[in-house]
Amino acid sequence: MNDHTLRVVAPQVLGILVRRGHDFAAAEDALQEALLEAYQSWAGQGTDDPKGWLLTVAGRKLIDAHRSEAARRRREDAMAAQPAPGPAQQADDTLLLLFLCCHPALSPASAVALTLRAVGGLTTKEIAEAFLIPEATMAQRISRAKRTLAGQSLSQPADVAVVLRVLYLIFNEGYTARIDLAAEAIRLTRQLALECDEPEVAGLLALMLLHHARRTARIDECGALVPLDKQDRSLWVRTEIAEGVRILQAALARDRRGEYQIQAAIAALHDDAPTAAQTDWQQILAWYDELVELTGNPAASLSRAVAIGEVDGPLVGLRATEGLDARLPGHHRLEAVRAYLHERAGHPDIAAEHYVRAAATCRSTLERDHLTKLASRLRH
Amino acid sequence: MPKYLLLKHYSGGPEPLPDFVPMSDWTEEEISAHIAFQREVGRMLSERGEFVDAQAVSPDGAYVRYGGPGTAPVVSDGPFPEAKELVAGWYLVDVDSEARAHEIAAYVSSAPGKAGQPIYEWIEVRPVMSDAPAVTE
Repeated sequence: MNDHTLRVVAPQVLGILVRRGHDFAAAEDALQEALLEAYQSWAGQGTDDPKGWLLTVAGRKLIDAHRSEAARRRREDAMAAQPAPGPAQQADDTLLLLFLCCHPALSPASAVALTLRAVGGLTTKEIAEAFLIPEATMAQRISRAKRTLAGQSLSQPADVAVVLRVLYLIFNEGYTARIDLAAEAIRLTRQLALECDEPEVAGLLALMLLHHARRTARIDECGALVPLDKQDRSLWVRTEIAEGVRILQAALARDRRGEYQIQAAIAALHDDAPTAAQTDWQQILAWYDELVELTGNPAASLSRAVAIGEVDGPLVGLRATEGLDARLPGHHRLEAVRAYLHERAGHPDIAAEHYVRAAATCRSTLERDHLTKLASRLRH
Repeated sequence: MPKYLLLKHYSGGPEPLPDFVPMSDWTEEEISAHIAFQREVGRMLSERGEFVDAQAVSPDGAYVRYGGPGTAPVVSDGPFPEAKELVAGWYLVDVDSEARAHEIAAYVSSAPGKAGQPIYEWIEVRPVMSDAPAVTE
């Protein structure tokens, strides 16, 4: 018995309890108590059936909680009858839990925290460390989220798009955290994909894998950012790329495009190129055209401008950034893209100015350092 | 989730506060009410799962810098710059958005002062940088 097994089993137990009709917050509390007991009583020896054990203990704790509440209120008939246990459909239960944890009534931060705890099986302490906030604050965030859910109807149709957004948020938070949240997001998306036959779920899983494959190449030995065109492509994880491409192709074949599938297709084209110079920008541009048309997202328009710069030349790319200022006010990436395009157009002085402005407005120290070095290189 | 540092300067800010009365001229009850409000802010932030840190710092300190090779640190006890440049304390919050950070700052600024009136203190809101690079292609 190890922590990893518990992390996999615990959400399954929670799913079964919720499916049996128990209140989510009460079931989660009971499960946490059962887990504590498991750590103490198994003492490294374990049991043959951790899931059955947790289910029994958490179930008993729920009944105890019902009983003490009933006694306190002197309502002896308040004890909820146990509904008959449903079939053990663990993947179904994951889906049910994900929809609960990513309920639209929750703020993104709350949904992320609750998903990591209830579905990911991480401890409050681990989640707090990953987000660099005190454990007590994370505990408050989670119990507040549970209270919010208590008043919500769970019968309303669940929105897969919200779940995907939360999973992608976890993935993007995961790049530098001590706990590998990116891997955690992939694990959760994989579970979702098992049960939810929606091309965008596959699209997001593919996108994550295709980006995760470049993870080690993105940071050099000094901890500095390495841009895509300078990365050592031999460090890219081929198995992840192959799996991402396979999942993506199956999703695209169903001809129901969405933003995650399109972004995955772009990532796949980058991953496919043996060298940066051999990147198929023509195809990438076609995908960006589709992404912009589909989402109207100004960040997508900005990326499209980079692709235009590669296909039609930097001056045409610069023209494509016009009109984005109002839609991306003070956004450092707009400055960074202009800097890059000016640099390629042979305007080092203007490029350096844009790099400096980009560095001043960016919110990541890694990116700031990188942009500052680019400006410095042009001025020396 | 982004973090923001909410810096309190009391009398400082982009434009002077019209009726700023130093705390030493408040009544004891007014001071107590002000401090109770600060505690309430901390409690509210904790309860909402947004609290990271809050500290007050003493106005008397020192400026210190490297003195050069083989030389002791250079310590200057003052004179300090004008009060407006002095940081009196801060809240560090972890929130969903910049709009929420601004909302908290406005609430902090509504702390009761003389005669229980809001002090309208300017709160400097600064984004805390992360070391997470965005995915770029």
